[in-house]
Parts: sequence; structure tokens; C-alpha cells
Amino acid sequence: MKDKKSGHHINIENIATLARIYLTDQERQELPKSLDEILGYFDELGTANVEGIEPSAHAFPLYDIIREDEVGTPFDVKTALQNAPQRRNDQIIVPKVVE
Amino acid sequence: MDSEIFYKSALELEKLLDSGKLTSVELTKAVIERTKSIDDKLNAFISFDEKKTINEATQSDVRRKAGKKLSNLDGIPVAIKDLISERGQPLTCGSKILRGYVSPYDATVIERMRNAGCVLWGRLNMDEFAMGSSNENSYYGKVANPWDISRVPGGSSGGSAAAVASGETILALGSDTGGSIRQPAAFCGIVGLKPTYGAVSRYGLVAFASSLDQIGPMGRSVGDVAALFHIISGHDDKDSSSYPVDKTNHTLESIKNKKTKTIGIPTEYFGEGLDPEVRQSVENAIDFYEKAGHRIKEVQLTTTKYTMAVYYVIATAEASSNLARFDGIRYGYRSENAKDAIDIYYKTRGEGFGSEVKRRIMLGTYVLSNENFESYYLRAQKVRTLIRNDFMGAFENVDALISPVAPSTAFKIGEKSADPLQMYLSDIYTISTNLAGLCALSFPCGLSHDGLPIGLHVIGKPFHEHEILSLGYEFEQSHDFKNIHPAI
Repeated sequence: MKDKKSGHHINIENIATLARIYLTDQERQELPKSLDEILGYFDELGTANVEGIEPSAHAFPLYDIIREDEVGTPFDVKTALQNAPQRRNDQIIVPKVVE
Repeated sequence: MDSEIFYKSALELEKLLDSGKLTSVELTKAVIERTKSIDDKLNAFISFDEKKTINEATQSDVRRKAGKKLSNLDGIPVAIKDLISERGQPLTCGSKILRGYVSPYDATVIERMRNAGCVLWGRLNMDEFAMGSSNENSYYGKVANPWDISRVPGGSSGGSAAAVASGETILALGSDTGGSIRQPAAFCGIVGLKPTYGAVSRYGLVAFASSLDQIGPMGRSVGDVAALFHIISGHDDKDSSSYPVDKTNHTLESIKNKKTKTIGIPTEYFGEGLDPEVRQSVENAIDFYEKAGHRIKEVQLTTTKYTMAVYYVIATAEASSNLARFDGIRYGYRSENAKDAIDIYYKTRGEGFGSEVKRRIMLGTYVLSNENFESYYLRAQKVRTLIRNDFMGAFENVDALISPVAPSTAFKIGEKSADPLQMYLSDIYTISTNLAGLCALSFPCGLSHDGLPIGLHVIGKPFHEHEILSLGYEFEQSHDFKNIHPAI
């Protein structure tokens, strides 16, 4: 946990790259301040004694559900692709990715 | 027919439908007309399909006439928060990124409501991807509170709450990740149930934070909410987090049981920041339960100070992962300004998401990044264990807990939108329920001096919805809030 007084100094560019989000100039200016303030609030976590405590991913333990492999009725191609932003010949159009 | 038929409870309407004095088509048309006459002020609906809805009502009337009624709610209109899939209907999550998306399949809750004969009414406005506490974050416009249209209806199920409160629907489905059913229910003077995690299938619900999200019913009376919960709950093989418990009976008859209970009052929930009028109304409700013969006991929840931090670390981490699927390739919006494949991701997400969603994805990405994973995410998961242990310890001595739903009544539109941290703090009493996987009910317990509803929060043990519904029903029978409606 970082020192609260020194601020968190998030590298906005790096996080935006990891998140694959383009930010506007205004967002680039405004986000660091609000994120710093919220992260400052998160520092409360540092005061909790968690020695020997197991993390909870869910409120209850979850178990794998196993079932027989069965042939079902999948969507037809038309239904599966109905929401694709660009499509042709039952396929999704994407820009060229391999030279 | 009564001109305010749209304000009757579902269970009253069931009797009218059974007697033949009312048809589902008449009821559905009354609700549609009500919506058309007032929704320009509220903006509670994003879309509706009038023809489809009336067609479903017609089928219900035919069934009923043939003596083949499917459930208590056969023929009753239920509107749906716009993040639950209904085959053939649009689904936007309140976001530009899903504009034009049409669901190719039914969510399990929708399938169950179809099998129960519910009339599936319109698609309700919400904070974008359920991120917000005021319904100011929707790409399709803000929602207003029907009690005072200069105020927020709460969020993120603000459209659901505003529509139920104003008679634009009889019942609604909402979803609750940190208070998104209960806080808007309190702000709009209606009843909302956040079921136990795993009690209602999430199949077909667009995920925000998968370990916290639950679908739940919203209505104007406890009995109505219990009836809808009975229909949508129960194990579902399509959701791995659906709990394999037998469906218990939550219908009106089962919640009329007035067994004496021990009710815990968490002292930490009555501290600084609680509006005096809200405190007074909640204390009056506690007095009511004591006079009715229940035992009241103070309890301590010492982990309360950590809940906000734990919630926002876990919820944003899960959101950043869940929302990675919105990339402009397979469905939804695709930016036209992208220069290559990778740029489609950046521009689509940059143009398609609103500012609060971006803030949370950024936060979630940060807490999950290599150097921060242990100090934020893993640590929050450990403190989550402490929070759950804290509640389970309290529940060894009490049957239910009572607290306020929110620190204040509905605030003004714009009052908190520039201050995300203040907005987050408006969920302070509700978020721990999601972290600990408990059930909780919000219902009206008072009106402020300026005529705004105040909600009571009753938290129950996992899978003990019948106990909190029963406490809600008992209160409702001695008070008249369900018959007080906003003057819109």
C-alpha cells in the first residue's frame, strides 16, 4: 500500500493502454484526480488484520458443475451474427490483421 | 373501471382478473397509457414494444378464460431493467456501446416469467452497466423521481423504481450489485428485494460484478414482491453460481407468519452522516417491531469501516474484466474512426462507454495490475472474508438486522454527479449485504417533511428471504405507505 500523503500518481496512459480505452483530453485531465481520491479511500484496507485469512472470491464456495456432453441446438448463424456491427457472407468483417 | 387501476397491487389485480371484472388487455393498456402520459417527465423507459406486450396480455386472457391460469401473476405486466435478455427485444444496459443490440435468447428469469404467464412489458432505464446511484449515468438520459422531478430516483435500477412508483408498471425486475434495487426503492417509496447470492439465476443478465450481482423483484407491496420472487427464484443449471437449494415458499400465505424474532440493530449504521429525519423514521420502525413483541438487540459490525473500500476494489476489478467483451468486433457499437484492428478496441470503448464506466474500468484495471494485485485485490478479498464472518457472527444471535437503506432521502439531480466518492458513499448501508451474500429488503417506513419517501432496510440470513418478507409484511399491514402515491 502506498503512502496516502504522497498520492498514488497513477500512470493514466499505462492503465488506459491496459484497459484498451481511448481517453479524451478532458478525461486525461480529470481522471487522475478522482482516481487518486478514491484510491486514498482504499488505503483503509491497509489497516485490516488479514493474517491467516483466506480470500473470498464469492460469498459462498462454488463448485464445478459437471454434466454429460449432450448435443444441443445452437443458434443458427443468422441469429448468432445478428448483432455484429459489420458482416458479410455469414462472417464478421474485421480489418486486416496479418500482412 | 377504476381510473387508477395501475396503482392496484398485483394480488388485488389477480382477484379482479379471476372474477372477470378486468382483463389483462385492459390492465396492460392502462399501464401503457399511463406510461405514454407521464414518461416524458420521468424517462423511466428506454424502449417498449406495445404490440408484443398487448399480444401477451391477449394470450393470458385466453388462458384464464379456458381455466388454465399459470400463476398468481398470469396477466400482470412486469417491466424489465434493460440489462436482462428478452429474446427479440433490444438490450442497451443504458450504454451507447449496446445501441441497436437485440437479445437472441431469453434470460432464465424471463423464461420463468413467461412460464408463469407474466406480461413482459417495456425495457427500463438504468445507470450505464448498473454503475451509479442516481440514474444520471444513462446514455439514454437521466431518470427523474416521480415524487419530485428535480430529484434523482436512485440507482442503478432508477427506471425500475420510478416506473413502479408512478404506476407505469405493476411490477419490475431490477438488479442489485451494491444496493441498486434497495436504494432506488427507498428513494421512490416502493418495495425492493435483493435476494441471496445464488437464489436467482444470473443467466442472461449482463454481468457487472459477477460475484455480487443479483436480479430481484420491485413492486408496491411486499406480497407482490414475494409473488414475483417465488416465480424467478430456484436453481438453474445454466448458472454455475446458482445455489442448489430447493425452492421454498415465499408466497403471501407463507409470509403472514408472525413468529417472534430477534432483530439486531448494528450501531455502526447509525453513526455520522445519517440524516436526522431518516434516523427518526428508522427508529420509529424499530419501536414498532418492539411493541409488536419482537426482541431488539444491539449488535456490532466492526468491519463496517472497510466495506466501501472492499466493494469498490472488488466490483471495479470484476467490471474491468467483464466489460472487456465490449470490443466492437462481435456485437454492439463499432467506432468508424479506427485506423486498424487494435484501434477498433480503443476507439469503440472510448466512444462507446460513458465517463463513470471508464472510471471504474480504469480503477479495476489498476487494482488488478501486477504491482497492485496483492495490496488491493487480494487484500480486499481477504477483508471480504472478515466482513462475511462479522455478519455470520451477528446472525448467531439475531434473525435479522435493521438499518437505514441510505443516509438521506432522494438528492437533487446534479448534486453529487461531480463527486464520485460522495456518490459511492450513498450506498454505504447496502453494499455489505452483497459482499457477504445475504438477502435484504427495502420498503417504505416514512415520509420526510418535504414529502420524500424514507426506506427501511431489513437484512436476512442467506436463503431466509421468507423471514425478511414476513417482517416487511407485518410492518406494511400496520402502515399505509403502499396506498400513498406520488402526485405525478
